[in-house]
Formats: sequence, structure tokens, C-alpha cells
Amino acid sequence: MSASNITRVAGRGCALRGNDIDTDRIIPARFLRCVSFDGLGEHAFEDDREQAKGDHPLDDERNRGAAILVVDHNFGSGSSREHAPQALTRRGFKAFVGGSFAEIFAGNCVALGLPCVTLDDDDRSQLMDSLELDRNQEVVVDLEARTVTSRSGRMTCGVADGARQQLLGGSWDATAVLLEAGEAIEATAAKLPYVSGYAP
Amino acid sequence: MSSGKSLLDKVWNAHAVRELPSGQSQLFVGLHLIHEVTSPQAFAMLRELGLPVRFPERTFATVDHIIPTASQARPLADSLAEEMLVSLEKSTREAGIPFFDPASGKQGVVHVIGPELGLTQPGMTIACGDSHTSTHGAFGAVAFGIGTSQVRDVLATQCLAMARPQLRRIDVTGKLASGVYAKDVILTIIRQLGVKGGVGYAYEYAGPVIKAMTIEERLTVCNMSIEGGARCGYVNPDATTIEYLKGREYSPSGAEWEPATRHWLGMASDADAHYDHIVEIDGSRLAPSVTWGIHPGQSVAIDECLPRLADAPREAQPGLAEAFDYMGLRPGEKIAGSKIDVAFIGSCTNGRISDLREAARVAKTGQVASGVRTLVVPGSQAVAREAEAEGLPEIFRSAGFDWREAGCSMCLAMNPDKLVGRELCASSSNRNFKGRQGSPTGRTLLMSPAMVAAAAIRGEVTDVREVI
Repeated sequence: MSASNITRVAGRGCALRGNDIDTDRIIPARFLRCVSFDGLGEHAFEDDREQAKGDHPLDDERNRGAAILVVDHNFGSGSSREHAPQALTRRGFKAFVGGSFAEIFAGNCVALGLPCVTLDDDDRSQLMDSLELDRNQEVVVDLEARTVTSRSGRMTCGVADGARQQLLGGSWDATAVLLEAGEAIEATAAKLPYVSGYAP
Repeated sequence: MSSGKSLLDKVWNAHAVRELPSGQSQLFVGLHLIHEVTSPQAFAMLRELGLPVRFPERTFATVDHIIPTASQARPLADSLAEEMLVSLEKSTREAGIPFFDPASGKQGVVHVIGPELGLTQPGMTIACGDSHTSTHGAFGAVAFGIGTSQVRDVLATQCLAMARPQLRRIDVTGKLASGVYAKDVILTIIRQLGVKGGVGYAYEYAGPVIKAMTIEERLTVCNMSIEGGARCGYVNPDATTIEYLKGREYSPSGAEWEPATRHWLGMASDADAHYDHIVEIDGSRLAPSVTWGIHPGQSVAIDECLPRLADAPREAQPGLAEAFDYMGLRPGEKIAGSKIDVAFIGSCTNGRISDLREAARVAKTGQVASGVRTLVVPGSQAVAREAEAEGLPEIFRSAGFDWREAGCSMCLAMNPDKLVGRELCASSSNRNFKGRQGSPTGRTLLMSPAMVAAAAIRGEVTDVREVI
């Protein structure tokens, strides 16, 4: 159950504009009626896509095969449903570049080995414009160097230290790491009065 | 530098098993709550890893998201919902995890039953695969909403890998006017600080307004911390907290009660605790609030005009235009008078007994307007029993409201309770996202339960202060 070291993700980018895109939009609740994540990919952004009548970036043939989703601010807000990044990764996305991310979404991404990195507004806007002009260019998210490289040049990106360490060190699948604490878990529990009893 | 500690510091330090190489803390989770939507895959992952549930006695389960509110009879009509429920029954039975199912009489929305059973206690760390886990902070617990992989982590290790958030204290000063509720306080906080204003922060709610609140009101405030982007939100434990916990099923009792209360009060933030940021909001100036847009930060006071695009910063204008377009509302107009199709009273935000009492007080003043569909959904079976003992269902029914069984219902519409088409819903829930209430084009106006009841009776968004 060891996780791989994730140092860089490269692939074509897909720009998806708009702030505050919540996880209900990424995967509507009716698709959460399941006991497995299989098959969620086809329903990613289903209602947004339906309402865009074919004019949604995920329905644009030219974005087919894109591995990096470039978004605006507060992406993934709302519900904690891991179904959201599960749906997006099943659609082929391996990294997210954005203005900012909701914390639970970002945490869920780390647990799946999917980096979320941030660019400042000018850089992100430039990257999105560039992607819409040339969808075949390669975008490289380099966690080690903290950069996003594309035809727009090499941009410095932000990434939470803890998440970066987990991805680079291959400890993003937290179960194995947490288990390493061994009996220290029980020892910590034993010191909590609500576990061991409130002494008079 | 101040030397005092905040509740966040104290809880964090007591639960830190160790520092991880990533710089995060390995935190012990004192209470783990699970439900049918985000746990089946976690149990599957655990089985795949061949790992047992490490502390089954610290996990409690219920069924809330998919449960129908017309009848909870088995098998559930929706075969997918039934499959999820069966999966949870099987997993909890195998692991020895207590399951508050409909037959137990203790079923309900996970964030309603934790507090009412006395499971939620001050100074605990709490996790649940649901973003509204922040609710439990009302007791002075540090409570995190988590994803399914993290549910697996907690089942396997009773721990989470977490980075300690910064701390912002939000002082709500003054005194709330009549007709102004906890819901209006939190909607105003989110409007002022923004839906991503809390990213990287835990919120500590303080000040005279919060101090004067009941536990149920504090639950409403803490519930929506996540809508403001905060990882968690809490209120320091005090006499109100202790009074609420006394005699609850899972509360300490006998010789443990007194030392427990001393411990709880000792977990409150010290007077000289360090805060990374402090904001003050004048509670005396608040009016009933209503959201008009597609996220919970887009709200106005009932007597206020909707924002004008030209007054907003340039970068905010596309978002506002998208919201107006989706909602079919016009900038500069008032929200009062908007005709509603549906009224929903319930959810982990506002589905407790005090919420139903306030809504019933309004329901007594009239009849549901013709053409308005209503759902009154108690947050738990216990809330339903309490309401019945007080005669609330009769009050609702005689005013034309539909009294239902306990569950999440139309807050997120994973059960049969859904909006149809572009219906406009006055809702006491927590999210007004596009499509949130079950119709991809459905529209939600968030407000207090009393405001929802008033809207149901008038058939349009109404200032509840005109009704009571």
C-alpha cells in the first residue's frame, strides 16, 4: 500500500473559468447513490454541461485527453464528497491549477495523489488565455520546483507545504503513514479523560 | 507574545500523536461519525487492505442522506438507496460499530443526533465524512468534515493527518432584535468575510450574542463555518454547554460528571490566547437575511436592495451576473415579494426542536398559500418525538404544512424530496448552490426557519417581523 512519489505532472491543460465552483456542480448529489466510485467520471459536471448545451470545456473535443484542469478561485467548495475528485480523476485529470481551492477538496485530492497548486491572478489568466488559443501545448506542474510551465513561460506556483511533502515523499496515502505511529495512538488516547475516565 | 492558549491549541495538543514528516500533525479522533453516503467505499478500501476498524467503540453510524421522509419502511423504494443502507448495516455489524438505524428510535441527521445523544462533548476532536461536521464545534469541540479516504484513515487508525489552522475570533457584539436568529448571524458573517475568507482558518465565535445563544443556536452558527471556507468553527464551552449535556445518554454521569464539567470549562480559550485575526460584527444591527444568489455569501437583509453590478469590483461582476442569470432576479430590486414554489424547513442547520417551535409560532398565524408545496422535516426521530409531545405536527398540519419523517431531505435531495424544474424554494438549509435541491435548474433562497414559514404563508419572501 505504499504510494508513489509525485514530483511532476505533465499533460495538456483544460481551462474551466468561474469562481466558487462547488462540489455539487462537479458531481451532483444524485450520483452519490452508489457504493463504489466506479463510473463517476462520465457524470462530472453533468448539470453544468447539460445547461451549457455542448459549450462546456469538458465537452469540447479539443480538450479531450487533458490531464491538468485550470480553474479560478474557491474551486471545490461545499460538500466534502470525495466523489468530486474521484469523478475528475476518472475523467483523466491528474492535477489542478487554480486561484484557490476549498480545503476539504484539496485534502481529498492529496489523498488521491492529485496535486492542487495555485497561481496568482495575472499568471492564471495568462495561462487560461494561452490554453484557449493552443490546446495542444504541454503544461507541466513541477512540485519540486514549485512551477507551472507552459507556452506562457515558467510561472511560480503556490502549494501547501504539508501537501507538497506528502506528494513528493510518497506519503499521500495517509493510512500507511498513520499506522506507523503504532501504540503511540493508544497511548495518546489513554491520556484523554473522555477515553480513560474523568478522575475525581 | 501572549502565553495563553486557545481552545484550538489545547485540543490540538492533547490529541497530537506525533508530528509527521510532512510537517502536519497526526491527530487522534475522539469521535467518528459515519453515514451511508461517504463510508461504503471507505469500508471497501479497508477490506482491500485487510485492516480492522481500530477503535470501533469510537465510531457511531446513522442513515440520513438517502432516507425517504414519507416513509422509512424497508426495503426502501429506491434500490440504490436500499443498497447503501444494507452496505452500512453489514459494515457496522461486522466491525461492531453502533448503528442508529430507523428501528433504533435514535436515527436522524448525523449532526443532530451527535449532540442530542451527548456523544458530542467539549474538548474532543470529531470527524465525519460530511462537510457540516463543523456543527459540533458548538460544544467547544474541534470538528472536521473529511473525505472518504480520510474516513478510511480514521477507521484504520482513529487518526487524521492535519495541518493546524490559523485562528480567527469573530466577536458578535450587542443583542439580536426580535425576529433575528442564529441563521441571520452566520449568513451575515459569511457575507462579510466571504465564502473563501475562512480558508486556512478555524473560527472561534465569541462575544455577547454568541454567549447569550442556546446550544441549538450555536449549532446553527458553527454548522455553516464551512460555507465561509473555514476548516472548523467553535464556541468556547460554558454553563450553557454543561446544562445541555447533563443527563444525555452518552454524557458522563455519576462521579464522573463534576470532574468532566471542570475539564470542559478548562478547555475554553484563555483570556490571553493568541488569535491570528479578530473581527467584530455588531449583532444589534442585524436584520433577517435571505440569500439571493448561488453561494451562501450572496445574501441581503430583507429590507435591503440586491447588489448592482456597477457597484461591485470589476473582477466580481461575472460571478454576480452568473448568479442573477441563474436565479432570474434583477440587480437593485428587493428580495421581499419574490413568489416561492416550495418551503423547506429542516436540515442539520435548522432541523432542531427550537427551529420547529419558531416555525410553528409563525405557522399559527395563517395558512400555507395556495400553490406552495411544503416540507417540515425534523432533524431526528428524537426531535420528531419532542415535537409530537408539544403538539407541533398538529399546528403545522392545520396550517397546511406537510409534516415528514427525519432525514436530510431536500437540503441536498438525495432522497425523493426534490425541487422540480426552476422551482424557487425558501429553505432553512445551508447551501443555495446551482442544482443543490435536486433539480438541475432549481433555485434556493436560504433563510431562518421562521422566515421560511412566513414565506410559505404569504406565498412570497416576507419579513417575518411583519408576521409575528
